[in-house]
Amino acid sequence: MAQGWVQIVVFLLVLTALVPLVGFYLARVFRGERVFLSPVLGPVERFSYRVLRVRPEEDQDWKAYARSIVVFSLVSWLALYLILRTQSIQPLNPEGFGSGPWNLSFNTASSFVTNTNWQYYGGETTLSYFVQMVGLTVQNFVSAAVGIAALAAVIRGFAARSGATLGNFWSDLVRINLYVLLPISLIAALLLVSQGVIQTLDGSQTFHTIAGGTQTLALGPVASQEAIKELGTNGGGFFNVNSAYPFENASSLTNMVELLLILVIPASLTYTFGRMVGNRRQGWALYAAMMAMFIVAVAVVYTAEQHGSPAQHHAGVLTSAFDGSTGGNMEGKEQRFGIAESSLWTAVTTVTSCGAVNASLDSLTGIGGLVPLANMGTGEVVFGGVGSGLYYMLLFVLLTVFIAGLMVGRTPEFLGKKIESREVKLVLVGVLVTPLLVLFATAWAVASPDGTQSIYNHGPQGFSESLYAYMSQANNNGSAFAGYTGFIQPNAPGNAGAETFSFATLLGGVVMLLARFLPMIAALAVAGSLAGKRVAPAGAGTFRADSPTFVVLLIGVVVIVAALTFFPTFLLGPVVQGLTDQLF
Amino acid sequence: MNGLRKDLTTATIAIVFLTLVLGVAYPLVTTGVAQLVFPGASNGSKVEVDGKVVGSKLIGQDFKGLSRYFQSRPSATEYSGNVTYFNNLGPNSHELSDFFAEQLAAYLKRERPYNPGLAATEVPVDAVTTSASGVDPHISEANARIQARRVAEIRGLPLDRVFDLVSEHTDGRFLALFGEPGVNVLQLNLALDREAAR
Repeated sequence: MAQGWVQIVVFLLVLTALVPLVGFYLARVFRGERVFLSPVLGPVERFSYRVLRVRPEEDQDWKAYARSIVVFSLVSWLALYLILRTQSIQPLNPEGFGSGPWNLSFNTASSFVTNTNWQYYGGETTLSYFVQMVGLTVQNFVSAAVGIAALAAVIRGFAARSGATLGNFWSDLVRINLYVLLPISLIAALLLVSQGVIQTLDGSQTFHTIAGGTQTLALGPVASQEAIKELGTNGGGFFNVNSAYPFENASSLTNMVELLLILVIPASLTYTFGRMVGNRRQGWALYAAMMAMFIVAVAVVYTAEQHGSPAQHHAGVLTSAFDGSTGGNMEGKEQRFGIAESSLWTAVTTVTSCGAVNASLDSLTGIGGLVPLANMGTGEVVFGGVGSGLYYMLLFVLLTVFIAGLMVGRTPEFLGKKIESREVKLVLVGVLVTPLLVLFATAWAVASPDGTQSIYNHGPQGFSESLYAYMSQANNNGSAFAGYTGFIQPNAPGNAGAETFSFATLLGGVVMLLARFLPMIAALAVAGSLAGKRVAPAGAGTFRADSPTFVVLLIGVVVIVAALTFFPTFLLGPVVQGLTDQLF
Repeated sequence: MNGLRKDLTTATIAIVFLTLVLGVAYPLVTTGVAQLVFPGASNGSKVEVDGKVVGSKLIGQDFKGLSRYFQSRPSATEYSGNVTYFNNLGPNSHELSDFFAEQLAAYLKRERPYNPGLAATEVPVDAVTTSASGVDPHISEANARIQARRVAEIRGLPLDRVFDLVSEHTDGRFLALFGEPGVNVLQLNLALDREAAR
């Protein structure tokens, strides 16, 4: 395992080195300052404002900012839904796929507009290149930009010295796409192609193999989508098996590149925050809290997967490593990634809201499968989704400040601003909406026949699948215990004779929408409320939020809230399986 | 109300404009550059024999138990390259355990005649577990070492020559650190066929 640990540590060091560089760049983009790309992209930016007819300097208060986000997302949703429903009459459909059913399209549109990218459909078996590019790739960009923009607005509220405005949404939307997401995606896509990730508009190709069989390879414009799918913590694969498929993730090199793409923005935003509020230590304190929780997650999942599964042990399969063999639970994993990189990927994509997979999560060991569930159970605050992770974490920071204030009997304050009743109420709304949705939807899904028809595995694993489905959708993650199904295609590729489960697709869609926008609006409201507050200078009695004590306290609050909410459900599913050697 | 109407107009223009930039220009420019600079890789790293495509070096295939070939890992999808899904059986599944036992027995039956005394505990995990993609192009080095004895004997090649070909077609770790080494089965089998034709 030493080899595996070294990989993980080196990866985290590279990430940490990138954080100040990218974080500094993001801060300049958020402030509308010149960056090294301005000579090239400045004219494009100004042209965009003319097309959109917006004045970038026209600041919005939190209500106007939130309204612009909601309206833009609503229009995005309608556009994507229409594109999905009219696939059969669109170009670039070499396999001649039909349009999506209404309920499946409802789920998919909700999924991509909320940056969730939960997939009941199978990419290569149901969607044309046109839909993948014009529908999904666009939402991969803009839903990520919406999350980052919301965070930029929230940071402005925390940083404001006077006034109550949070910036201009349309300008943030343009700048984030133009200066951050698009250039990085373009370079990353070409790098991925150079390593074997495909990028073509040709249709599938069938040929005879040397063993006398035939094989048909689905092709498509994969790399351009793969790059933004990771960078925007989206996670919706071009192929049904996502980043396990070699045409999406060809080698351990592409695997490491994709992992960096996933983490680089959420991790760097902590530095951006510190810089913009004028306290870089504060940014690093948040980074440290996130990194500490992340390292525990990786360590647990890696150890569990290397141990192997009861199914292997019962069958007499050797699960220890030896010369030339990884050992461990290789069921549903790729040889080129092995146990270490599959485990690292699983942790990275579930602490962030990426939800891409390079291994089958349904086949993880009990404790291995507990890790992604627990990661999401924190509310995706350990790095989290682009933008959403940090504004959610900031709600937890305020909650921690409040609790600390109660303990020492002092008015809670953060960055010199008093945290009062209104903010605490909004924080609680923001923090509790998502877990309530998870528990409500899971309970309904396992207690009704409409819900249980989606389950694939027997016993506790069936419960885990249901819990995972709603945990993932409510936290806008998108990864799955993929046995859980909402769409059956007996004649794949193509959806002739396909059946959609309305219960699963509709409940999931509604959960994704509520859990994306309610906490986001709560965070904006908190920022709006803080923006107008005067900053009191720090005194001897100030409880510093950039100290190691605070980091420990913050981790404690995050873990305790998640544990109190979800521990009973974890016991019923993954923990039962992790503690027993019994088969079901 | 005024603000809402203005937002609706701006949002509609924005989604059309951004679709043209991000959904049309970006993927098409990427495709153009990729096709120009990396024509092989962008079209699927296809492998040809006598001018005919026989596979992709990145996509594993079924070698149908033919004893002259190295065999790929088990697949939940019969090595489908256009309908992909996971096996999805849980870690405590009876069905999965039975599947492992069958795969283990089949592997021992196929390889033991050429590896006398091969024990179940010497079979590497990748040989009995399904891959995630269903088309894992690689097998582990330990798996290849065992299969090499069969292939060498059936083809009448010196074992050392087969071992050489195996290491020639082993993709190492990235920077000697990241990932796991894997033996590319299609490339290795094609090399064996070329060896026979010499």
